[in-house]
Amino acid sequence: MNSMSNKAIALEVIGAGKSFGAFRALDEVSLKVAPGTVHALLGENGAGKSTLVNGLIGYQPLDQGQILLDQREVEMSNPRAAQKLGIGMVYQHFTVAPGLSVAENLLLARGDLPWRIDWKRVRQEQQDFMRSAPFQLPLDAPVASLGAGEKQKLEILKQLYLKHRLLILDEPTSVLTVQEADEVLGLLRDMAHRGEITVLMITHKFGEVLAYADEVTVLRRGRLVAYSPVAQATHENMARWIMGETEGAADGSDDGAHAMAREASSTTSRLVVQDLSVLDDRGLARVHEVSFNVKGGELVGLAGISGNGQKELIEALTGQREASAGSVTVDGQVYRATRAQMRRHRVFSLPEEPLYKGCVGKLGVGDNIALRNFDRAPIRRAGAFVSRSAIRTQALARIAAFNVRPPDPDRPIATLSGGNVQRAVLARELSEPVNVLIVANPVFGLDFRAVADVHARLIAARNAGAAVLVASDDLDELLKLADRLLVISGGRIVYEVGREHADRAVIGRNMAAGH
Amino acid sequence: MSEDLWITLAIGMIAGAVRVGTPYLFVSLGECLTEKSGRVNLGLEGILVSGAMVGYAASYLAQSAWIGVASAAGVGLMLGLLHGLVCSLPRVNDIAFGIALILLGTGLAFFLGKPYIQPQAPQLPNLLLGAWASDPRWQSALSVNALFPIGLALAVLLHWGLRSTSLGLALRLVGDHEGTARALAYPVIATRVAATAVGGALAGVGGAYLSLSYPGSWSEGLSSGQGIMAVALVIFARWRPLGCLVASMLFGAAGALGPALQSIGFSSGYHLFNAAPYALTLGLLIFSSRPRQTLAGTPGELSLTR
Repeated sequence: MNSMSNKAIALEVIGAGKSFGAFRALDEVSLKVAPGTVHALLGENGAGKSTLVNGLIGYQPLDQGQILLDQREVEMSNPRAAQKLGIGMVYQHFTVAPGLSVAENLLLARGDLPWRIDWKRVRQEQQDFMRSAPFQLPLDAPVASLGAGEKQKLEILKQLYLKHRLLILDEPTSVLTVQEADEVLGLLRDMAHRGEITVLMITHKFGEVLAYADEVTVLRRGRLVAYSPVAQATHENMARWIMGETEGAADGSDDGAHAMAREASSTTSRLVVQDLSVLDDRGLARVHEVSFNVKGGELVGLAGISGNGQKELIEALTGQREASAGSVTVDGQVYRATRAQMRRHRVFSLPEEPLYKGCVGKLGVGDNIALRNFDRAPIRRAGAFVSRSAIRTQALARIAAFNVRPPDPDRPIATLSGGNVQRAVLARELSEPVNVLIVANPVFGLDFRAVADVHARLIAARNAGAAVLVASDDLDELLKLADRLLVISGGRIVYEVGREHADRAVIGRNMAAGH
Repeated sequence: MSEDLWITLAIGMIAGAVRVGTPYLFVSLGECLTEKSGRVNLGLEGILVSGAMVGYAASYLAQSAWIGVASAAGVGLMLGLLHGLVCSLPRVNDIAFGIALILLGTGLAFFLGKPYIQPQAPQLPNLLLGAWASDPRWQSALSVNALFPIGLALAVLLHWGLRSTSLGLALRLVGDHEGTARALAYPVIATRVAATAVGGALAGVGGAYLSLSYPGSWSEGLSSGQGIMAVALVIFARWRPLGCLVASMLFGAAGALGPALQSIGFSSGYHLFNAAPYALTLGLLIFSSRPRQTLAGTPGELSLTR
């Protein structure tokens, strides 16, 4: 490791290709990353970003193509080789051991340790390292006590501790708050611009690309479709590159969807919440006597900083949590979120983290799609039996209608990508007429195309006359979708505004009220 | 009660802590090691009984108690290895296989141990740590089996080793977060199999203590669930080797409550007091439980707590 220089590494890839069976995952992709720059890699899920990166770090070596580091061709046959050459990978999901301390996690990352560890010397070395690092963490703290942002920092510190000079980051901010993401990316960009590291970053967030990257490369279906300095990139052309010219024009615009033909929103409220109070896991009141209503054909957005009671409120409405006081009525009748009432009043929901809160991961896609109606004809037969063939027929029809990939009803749903899990849940919740739809963070972690899909479905449900309530941590999403916005803060609805008068700054102030 | 009786009771409890606690110590250290790697081995009860039987038989056949201990460790190692390997197969549940191993271990020991119930095998030596004392009660209480200081040293060694050797760190990493261990190219399966095998060996030694500590013999009623109790002990000890030491001594003392009371002439409810360790287990587990959070120190990959 000592032979490695302390300077950022230049990366060049020429004609990279990789096939999985007959499937061409990566085709003739060439890429140049100058030392000391931040390079963003954009593309839908399945566009070949991960294949390229896995090839670069030797996790799944490429079939064709050359990799050049500092103009010298290198062989990347396994991850150890990449590490020796100074390439470090930060995965989307944390690879830190929560039960061990920061110091132990750093040390273990080093590999080939002596059998006896001289903690005194290691400690000295780590303290010296921390002093020169862009951000500090307490060495003795157990990793479990760190927040998500600090864990992500630890991931990056690990790479710096190993003196890696080319960092590959796979969606590094997907688990961070906006503030944490800004801090981490800002520090990395500064390090890069000082010539200490080079960064190649996979992301779905255009804002991050525009704010922190120097150059951007876009892949689509395994091919390179665009390469541009960020100074010349805009939201619109990045979206067009990702989706392809024609498709981008057709469904890239949500305003078009918003204006789609719809039944005039009725004047009667379908969902009425009256003085609802809800307790959290620790038994403390989280939602305080909240009242609001949603009309048929109306999409109401519930905005708020995460942790202000929206999770508990949504869970109470979807039957995942009991309300401690207050009432909910749907179409004028009392609604207590039982299965029978949901069915009678046609109340459906898209819970947040759909794989964990809306699916049984080990069951097949078809079985998951049948969770709402497996106990009714035609799936239920002769009183107590379930017809596998009816489940399959229903699954195939809905998988096709909602474009779930791969279209295999027997595949465990946990093996699908996030976007396709959400499509499968949509297929379950939105295939029948809907009166009330309760939604929480519907596009968290999804790629560009899946986001457009999900939003179009929500708008379509509203246009068909459903009362739709969408809670989201992403204010921009709500501004785009909602007819009316409610702001929740400290468990109370503190602000309400119609679409036409919605002002980002005013809403933001209300979200932050009391903080 | 006079002061003298209190002293007698206290000495009885202290002596009991060491005498009854030593097998707990070995088994719980073994289970601690296994669980730190992310596996649970409930089969230690079966390994304990097998160790007791094989240790006694080997001691009798070779006429050496230490060969008996080594053989018990060997059998424990093999059974631990079996558990480790079988549980590495896809879709094998370590709890279920552990229960199978309890039945297998005890069954085999009962079957193979029949000829060794009668003969007298050489016993492990006692160290007379109480030679300085004039009080004969202290002398007899401090006549400590030679395995006890070994267990003591082992607890300290494990405490140090889990923190300050690369093997110990890797073991904890594997037990705490499998994904990270894989990303860093540490051998997950091999580590777990090795930890389970060594844990089995320690449980085997614990078994040998049961049959070879003076005045020991092999019989089918030898174990009273120490192997199972060790699992609870490890949880109570928060997966810390020195915690295992404290917990074992505490359980030993509780187990000695009945005999100690009897020795001062208080014999009513003898069997009730013999149940003290089990009541203590229940009490401690309830006391230390946190319904809404996981205990600090819990290995993240443990199927018990996940």
